[in-house]
Amino acid sequence: MENLERVLTEHPFFKGLNKRCLQLLVECASNVRFDAGQVIFREGEEAGVFYLIRHGRVSVETFAPNRGPVIIQTLGEGDLLGWSWLIEPFRWRFEARAVELTRAIALDGTCLRGKCEGDHELGYELMKRIAHVIENRLQATRLQLLNVYDGIRS
Amino acid sequence: MVAGLSDPMVPSPFCLQRVRKETYDTLTLELEPANGAGTFPFAAGQFNMLYAFGVGEVPISISGDPGEPQTLVHTVRAVGAVTQAICKLKRGEVLGVRGPFGSHWPVEEAAGSDVVIVAGGIGLAPLRPALYYLLSNREKYGRIALVYGARTLEDLLYKPELERWRSHLDLEVDVTVDTAPASYRGNVGVVTTLIPRARFDPFQAVALVCGPEVMMRFTVRELESRGVDPENIFISLERSMKCGIGFCGHCQFGSTFICRDGPVFSYAEIQPFFAKREI
Repeated sequence: MENLERVLTEHPFFKGLNKRCLQLLVECASNVRFDAGQVIFREGEEAGVFYLIRHGRVSVETFAPNRGPVIIQTLGEGDLLGWSWLIEPFRWRFEARAVELTRAIALDGTCLRGKCEGDHELGYELMKRIAHVIENRLQATRLQLLNVYDGIRS
Repeated sequence: MVAGLSDPMVPSPFCLQRVRKETYDTLTLELEPANGAGTFPFAAGQFNMLYAFGVGEVPISISGDPGEPQTLVHTVRAVGAVTQAICKLKRGEVLGVRGPFGSHWPVEEAAGSDVVIVAGGIGLAPLRPALYYLLSNREKYGRIALVYGARTLEDLLYKPELERWRSHLDLEVDVTVDTAPASYRGNVGVVTTLIPRARFDPFQAVALVCGPEVMMRFTVRELESRGVDPENIFISLERSMKCGIGFCGHCQFGSTFICRDGPVFSYAEIQPFFAKREI
């Protein structure tokens, strides 16, 4: 547990979080690893967990008719994978797969939702951090839609 | 300017020696003086006006090695009448060259600092001479990171060279594309998403940025949020450059002319009007 608390403290997602909240989070956390090519979750499955990537790379994919599986984003060290555990109906919207050997901290969503309901300070801290991640992903998606590289310069 | 030319408005004839296809619409051309003139000294970041005889003239950044001025190298994307005419030239044919014009990347001034190069799409071409310079003088710099984004794998420039650069232990190369098939093992996402994890000291770093303007705007924001001083962020701008020497006024940008005062600017210098729609 002490080791997990240290790992959570060092992860950028929880930077600045107070010790009391961290100790609550540790009760919902576990170490996981995924081999290269291993599917982490599939689109439509129940989303009961999220991951803080420590090492490695994960692709977020979907399947497009006539194109097959398409990678829409890759995530790496320091990134958060998955927020569907927080938002009803708690189903993954995409598929995630380890591109290379990946180590992460898994946080149990059901456990966390219960703790957040009972401790609104923890809930607010977690929500602020996840909102920041969602905002960054939204901005990145907007830039992808803009096709920012399609300038005329030579 | 080309040795021996006193009038910067008169093009010199250059002969196409070699052509390399980079992508479906982009070629790298190697040119040598057709009249036997000597070398073509230039600084990383400068551009030439290339003249397709009978069609027109366009500003194109020099993409070759400033340490090898015997050959003039340009990477040209065929997007308009003139660039399409240039890309149709065959080996041995001649085009006109005026230049080199404009300001350059502050590679000498960056000695002692980390250097982060952020390129988007064909924006890698004007940055390649800077990278050549940095690698030729590697001992003068701290960490060097190249962060490069393109829309798809097919849009990436200089693929064999990117592989070579990746093998340098003292150069961090991170490449990303907007979308890729599931078999791809690299990064997928816009180039700005790579900046937070690029390894450099933001308080001791010089950033060189080139790409379409919208990409540079968002890149500058990411660099600033990491703590890079606007004085140490350099961007290369593009407007409709015609004369190349600040006479015609086509490329006026606020109180500057991009052909003469740019194309490379410190972000701090142009910050007041960089994102202004009216300019």
